[in-house]
Amino acid sequence: MSPAPKLLEVDDLRVKFLTEDGMLTAVDGVSFELDTGEVLAIVGESGCGKSVTSQTMMGLTRSPNARIEGSVKYKSEELLDAPDEVLHRIRGEELAMIFQDPISALNPVYKVGAQIVEAIQAHEDVSDEIAKRRATELMAEVGIPDPARRVDEYPHEFSGGMRQRAMIAMALALEPNVLIADEPTTALDVTIQAQILRLLKRLNEDRGLAVIMVTHDLGVVADIADRVLVMYAGRVVESGSLDQIFYDPQHPYTWGLIGSITRLDRPPTHRLAQIKGQPPSLIGLPAGCHFRPRCPHAFDRCTEPPGLEVRGGGAGHEDRCWLSAEKKKTLRVVEGDIGLEAPAA
Amino acid sequence: MIFVLFAISVIVFLIFNVIPNGSPALRICGKNCNAALLHQIKIDFGFNDPIYVQYFTMMKQIFTGTLVSYNSQLNVLDQIKQGIPITFSLCIGAVFIWMTFAVFLGYVSAIKPGSFRDRAITVVTAIGISMPSFFLGALLLYYLTSKTSIFPPGGYVGFLSNPLDWAYHLILPWFTLAFLFIGIYCRLLRSNMLDVMNEDYVRTARAKGLTERQVRIRHVLRNSMVPIVTLFGLDVGALIGGGAIIIEFVYNLPGVGDYAATSISNLDLPPIMAITLFGAFFIVLFNAFVDIAYAYLDPRVRLGESAEGAV
Repeated sequence: MSPAPKLLEVDDLRVKFLTEDGMLTAVDGVSFELDTGEVLAIVGESGCGKSVTSQTMMGLTRSPNARIEGSVKYKSEELLDAPDEVLHRIRGEELAMIFQDPISALNPVYKVGAQIVEAIQAHEDVSDEIAKRRATELMAEVGIPDPARRVDEYPHEFSGGMRQRAMIAMALALEPNVLIADEPTTALDVTIQAQILRLLKRLNEDRGLAVIMVTHDLGVVADIADRVLVMYAGRVVESGSLDQIFYDPQHPYTWGLIGSITRLDRPPTHRLAQIKGQPPSLIGLPAGCHFRPRCPHAFDRCTEPPGLEVRGGGAGHEDRCWLSAEKKKTLRVVEGDIGLEAPAA
Repeated sequence: MIFVLFAISVIVFLIFNVIPNGSPALRICGKNCNAALLHQIKIDFGFNDPIYVQYFTMMKQIFTGTLVSYNSQLNVLDQIKQGIPITFSLCIGAVFIWMTFAVFLGYVSAIKPGSFRDRAITVVTAIGISMPSFFLGALLLYYLTSKTSIFPPGGYVGFLSNPLDWAYHLILPWFTLAFLFIGIYCRLLRSNMLDVMNEDYVRTARAKGLTERQVRIRHVLRNSMVPIVTLFGLDVGALIGGGAIIIEFVYNLPGVGDYAATSISNLDLPPIMAITLFGAFFIVLFNAFVDIAYAYLDPRVRLGESAEGAV
């Protein structure tokens, strides 16, 4: 018997958009795998391609100007050129998705319960009463108080956190194996964020639900992720286990991300570290390392494109940076222990 | 609502008294006028009274149903009552046709913007919007009644006397009236749908595995209808209130609009006044319907619910 296929395999995914200013490369050769019950975080700034990656997996990148290449396989079934019937079945039943802003992600004119019922009935031929009872149970499971009453309320009658819970209930309706969460906590208060993350963690543990968590917030990642992909300008610049990324980051961009987290366990520095400059335009990116223009440690070799491979990190810890492992260590020690790096003079 | 109607009546009355329309008494007096007759007419019709007394007299006559036309001496309310079934018939059919076509065409053209179908529909609706209805009416009359006699040359047959003949006589007026509105509503629906298609909840609907048709009908079309309903209420109110003047004139339908046209050309204040109030009443009434429909279509506007329940 051949080895069991991975739950989800993304191979060399490329998404380009034809714009008036030229070809925009939003996702540039992203590959990763997801195992059953695993929590994978995709981290990066706005515009790094993390949301486009997650939506393309679901077939939700629908612009007529989009050019999509590569492969996304769910249990070895190719999704990118799958016919609509396959996509309709997979969406919801196998892969479910929740979004950043739950107020705009729920249709304002339908009751919350009805929207969950709609998801159930899109896949299963069940009566309205049974579907509604299941919707109520799901709402109870995700921690919505008084679900019997709430099932008949409209989204505007829910608070932000409750809306996101309702979204999660909807996503769980058909017991999918993978939940893609596209910035699920970004629009929420910090206290609510923690609740939603705890909920996702619990679902991951109780149901063995694999989660792809797309976020710009490494703090969110630290709570629940098993593995982390750091994306920059459409490429994965570093990938590894949670500990590898946090305790042995290899790429200067990751250092910047970690450095910009406020640390309460350390004496406050005079100001919070930041990554200099803006995320680059995705049209006409420079050859070589995309982070080069913003990188304080760039040198001659950075004009060559670095491949994603194991360089200075441990097993399975890949990155795209030409700096030697020793050099990286020294640079990271200069200020702070994990690579907090003041821009070189 | 009552205040709106009151304000409208005052404004119309004042405008009529300000515009240089000549003395109504002189026109009532006719060709063989003499000073004694003119004086008598002025006293009979109250033209010598202060303007506000004239206003209240007229209002009283409207509400007691005793208002008569200056020109024909016929009771105005009776005339309007005769016109109502005709105008209603015209509106109901046209509304049905225009909403059916507008929703269908708007939906079809929003499915694939820029496609051949979308462009073809755009051309047709642009013609509908820009072609004056008297011209379209004249064309249809010329080609479909004078030349080929497929349809009767206007006129009205009561619904109760012969429903088939009723519809047969009204088909051309219905389509002529509907053509303009099909254009407007189709364009409006198309652009609403294209806006709504970019909403996050449409993406959610796709993400839960609905088919494209389910997404379009339940989420896109449903949410795109809300602004349409506003416009619809206003338009239907105005049409029933005598707004289809040109169509009624072209097709020789003695409805409320036709009566309004005749009265305006005769500078006949009582019918103008009554029809204006009649029309305003329907516009206000349909606005109230729109508000009710809104509460159904968009739960966020329901009163008293918005604050409750948010945790």
